[in-house]
Amino acid sequence: MESMATRDAYGKALVELGKLNKNVVVLDADLSKSTKTEKFAKEFPDRFFNMGIAEQNLIGCAAGFATSGKIPFASSFAVFATGRAYDQIRNSIGYPHLNVKIAASHAGLTVGEDGGSHQMIEDIALMRAVPGMTVIVPADGEEAKQAIFAAAEYEGPVYIRLGRPKVPMIFDSNYKFIIGKAAVIKEGTDVSLMATGIMVSEALKAAQDLEKQGINACVVNISTIKPIDENTITQVARITGAVVTCEEHNIFGGLGSAVAEVLVENYPVPMERVGVKDTFGESGKPNQLLEKYGLTAKDIVIAAKKVISRK
Amino acid sequence: MVVLNEKQLQEICKDMRADILRMTERAGSGHPGGSLSAVELMAVLYFNVLNHKPQEPGWSERDRFILSKGHACPVLYSAMSRSGYFPVEELLTLRQLDSRLQGHPNMKALPGLECSSGSLGQGLSISNGLAIAAKIDKKNYRVYCLMGDGELQEGQVWEAAMTAAHYKLDNVCAIVDYNNLQIDGKVEDVKNIAPLKEKWQSFNWHVIEIDGHDLIQIFQAYEEAKGVKKKPTVIIARTIKGKGVSFMENVAGWHGKAPNKKELEAALKEIYG
Repeated sequence: MESMATRDAYGKALVELGKLNKNVVVLDADLSKSTKTEKFAKEFPDRFFNMGIAEQNLIGCAAGFATSGKIPFASSFAVFATGRAYDQIRNSIGYPHLNVKIAASHAGLTVGEDGGSHQMIEDIALMRAVPGMTVIVPADGEEAKQAIFAAAEYEGPVYIRLGRPKVPMIFDSNYKFIIGKAAVIKEGTDVSLMATGIMVSEALKAAQDLEKQGINACVVNISTIKPIDENTITQVARITGAVVTCEEHNIFGGLGSAVAEVLVENYPVPMERVGVKDTFGESGKPNQLLEKYGLTAKDIVIAAKKVISRK
Repeated sequence: MVVLNEKQLQEICKDMRADILRMTERAGSGHPGGSLSAVELMAVLYFNVLNHKPQEPGWSERDRFILSKGHACPVLYSAMSRSGYFPVEELLTLRQLDSRLQGHPNMKALPGLECSSGSLGQGLSISNGLAIAAKIDKKNYRVYCLMGDGELQEGQVWEAAMTAAHYKLDNVCAIVDYNNLQIDGKVEDVKNIAPLKEKWQSFNWHVIEIDGHDLIQIFQAYEEAKGVKKKPTVIIARTIKGKGVSFMENVAGWHGKAPNKKELEAALKEIYG
């Protein structure tokens, strides 16, 4: 299966976007080689601004660009972009609802060897809590590309969560990403696997394993965490009567929490959360970490069986 | 652009001081001290320096003013209303439910505000974004950013200072309202920011030091800044917190406390003599 890191897709999409829209400017904080904004920097040096290792100022400058009619994409690692500069995002961008796109790479445990200090597992929770912020977590390169274009079209603040490792390509160009729309990528009647980001391909694997065991799982890609697609989530919950959420994020405040909120208010069904169990990460290879912290297809299968038994 | 003579500016300053006190008295809260210290800086800016059209706040060529010390918004609201952005009567709605005059500036609420502020240390970064955008678009507008002295304790200010110098943003003019008081006491006691001139110079800024209550010095400083090329300018304005009201001057307690009716009357008497 073909694979690509969502940050690579971002870097390529930015260049395409830059050609189409001269209002697009890009800011980075000394990580352009890693976030892949360097491609844009090379192509459009007059529209790329390295802010150095100063994320608070990076976000503030982006706010100024936005009020001048530019479409700024501000990039760094997720831990710094959303953690270091949270107050700037809240007050300089969120409060006035400015048209800034925060595209942060190296989210989650799959940062790998850099360890717990760099493995951001709270960014979805932080960004989801900012009033008016749109939160997007693409599952693969194709979706990442489309999400970048959709974010540029959309007027308002957007957080886009990108990853470091290559992930399998799930979608092709026939797929149509729409902000706020979840996609059922496999139908099923026994349990719903609702996944985001890199966990979508794990959920698909889990669904195959469950199929072999006679369990018919539905897989939903929830790439927009906010505004969340209440209709699709409720419809699928009605059909399957059981839900497992899968995310490379703390189980508090992320996809699991968002789905739980929807279900409790609309159609309560038994639910299990696969995610990081309120702990920091550590050094290791991405796959070793996903295994150690319970973020693999195997873990999703276990959770699926458990939730079915609770029906 | 209106240009007032010194006498007219002096009269406007009196009205602005009275506005600040009336607004905060009516609201029962707010920040008179750091508003009063910036009256002359704001009066000269809004009446004699800014290239703006108060009747057309979205005019694309306008100079931008960023109030980084957002708590001093009474002085900004006063300058805006006195220069024609909105009726002076509206000033008395400060801090009330549904008012456009929020306790700290909300750009979504009031046309003419260039940013939302209140969390200190963020305005100079926003100014940088505006200034770089002007360079990209080959526009001639200038960006003015008023900061507090205590605010300079925020690390982000120095990230922004480095950035403005790095990108040679000669269209940025920062103003430091150096009244030497913050909530917990004297700035030099809480956390000393001196030597301030040398700090900005070492960050590659052009530095102008003035008496922040001297209208002529203020005007000359803004004019000097316009002529500086290839580097940003900071005007370090020595001011008195609570300026113009004897019982408020140099008293830290008036940072975030509104006068009562009696205090307002006494203050107005002093201002108008």
